Amino acid sequence: MSTPQSTPKIRIRGLHKAFGSKIVLDGVDLDVETGTSMVIIGGSGSGKSVLLRCILGLIEPDAGTIEIDGENLLTASRSRQDALRRQIGMLFQNAALFDSMSVGENVAFGIRAKHSDRNGATPSRAQALQMAGDLLKQVGLDPSVGDLSPSELSGGMQKRVGLARAIAGNPNIMFFDEPTTGLDPIMGAVIDGLIVDCVQKLGSTAIAITHDMASAQRIGNRAAMLYHGRLIWQGEASELMNSGNAMVDQFTHGRREGPITMELRK
Amino acid sequence: MNAVLNPIAALGRAALGLIKQAGALALFALEALSHLVRPPFYWRIFFSSLIETGFFSLPVVALTALFSGAVIALQSYVGFGQYHVQSAIAGIVVLAVTRELGPVLAGLMVAGRVGAAMSAQIGTMRVTDQIDALTTLSTNPMKYLVTPRLLAGTLALPCLVLVADILGVMGGFTVSVAKLGFSPSTYITATLDSLKTMDVVVGLVKAAVFGFLIALLGCYNGYNSRGGAEGVGSATTAAVVGASILLLLFDYLLTDLFFSQ
Repeated sequence: MSTPQSTPKIRIRGLHKAFGSKIVLDGVDLDVETGTSMVIIGGSGSGKSVLLRCILGLIEPDAGTIEIDGENLLTASRSRQDALRRQIGMLFQNAALFDSMSVGENVAFGIRAKHSDRNGATPSRAQALQMAGDLLKQVGLDPSVGDLSPSELSGGMQKRVGLARAIAGNPNIMFFDEPTTGLDPIMGAVIDGLIVDCVQKLGSTAIAITHDMASAQRIGNRAAMLYHGRLIWQGEASELMNSGNAMVDQFTHGRREGPITMELRK
Repeated sequence: MNAVLNPIAALGRAALGLIKQAGALALFALEALSHLVRPPFYWRIFFSSLIETGFFSLPVVALTALFSGAVIALQSYVGFGQYHVQSAIAGIVVLAVTRELGPVLAGLMVAGRVGAAMSAQIGTMRVTDQIDALTTLSTNPMKYLVTPRLLAGTLALPCLVLVADILGVMGGFTVSVAKLGFSPSTYITATLDSLKTMDVVVGLVKAAVFGFLIALLGCYNGYNSRGGAEGVGSATTAAVVGASILLLLFDYLLTDLFFSQ
């Protein structure tokens, strides 16, 4: 039995998931220590998003264990699972803002949803909107943006709003699904900076999945690579470009030749 | 031998698929209904769905009912003229509108308008991760998206049908008086004589069932849509077609339940 000091914030053991005959996760083992920012890299279809979705409870794994603070999510009661997952904030790849609400209402929704879980008084709609303005400022947006609809925003602004909504409940675990995809390099760097600031300010443990090596090195202090549903390498994020693993090096340098072969339909 | 068995096997597979779909739909409905008695209830979504379904469907339902009543009066006049029983027109109009045309036509109009919109809206939320985002924000998507819409559909359609009943009868009255030469007072007296509370009540019960089915099919197909814009389009089509077929099936079953001897 591990001591509380050595218990990782997130511990995954033997995680399996298949969709029909296609195996997506094939026995993933991963520890993410408290306060660590773990970046998971891997090609398209390597299982990165499925891994995050299994932890979030959006997909049920076929086998394995997922522990948060030493407590197995998959065998816990439904209410306990919900309570453990409430610690998690998530920034989706396309921000996933609710298009039936204004930007301010999106962030206020996150504030009200998370506050109502914690047996505290749920802020009124007006209070939540006011708090949303502060959060928008925190991610570098003018509070007046709150009156716009998500479709009026650029991709970078949508990501910022998504980040504001994700941190609304002061989560102590944060997930980022390809946070810089679709953004220009400067905006990508800005978003990465905001992510690092938010994670540090909240003292959160973070997992980010990305294809963007510059982003991976900016966000993460630890890194891992998934290939065909298995973690083939783990190490410091600073070692990503020079890991000593032929597969990781091929991927991070974007080389056509190497042990990784792309499966293309003929 | 295979040539004989293959069509039978295909028929069997289709039947099994249908049973599976019916089971999944029933479980979906049960889960959504269970959230009615488990707080919180999202009143804001409920009222917005109620207005979308009830208020904004009024013009299309009103026009449909008005013209349907008028057409029945006209057709009955021509048909009954052969038997010299034109005086029965008022009774026929009120009977047809309150028992059948009001609920069925309003239901079909709402299925096309609101069922499709619900499916498209929820389907788009599904394929753009908005439903997953709800889950990560500690909000049960069934409770938030489906339950309020089911209740709104169930309550809104009877109100629409009540309006459709009145306007359908008015349509018949207008044609009978303005075009066919009936006396207004005679027509109104004949209408009131033929109007039965049971017919209206059964029509409203049918409407409530239809409203539930339309919202259920809209939400179910949207919630389970996959594969981007094409998937949302298919879900929307399935919602409207499925709701229309179920609506006619339940119309028969309810008519048999309430009116068969």
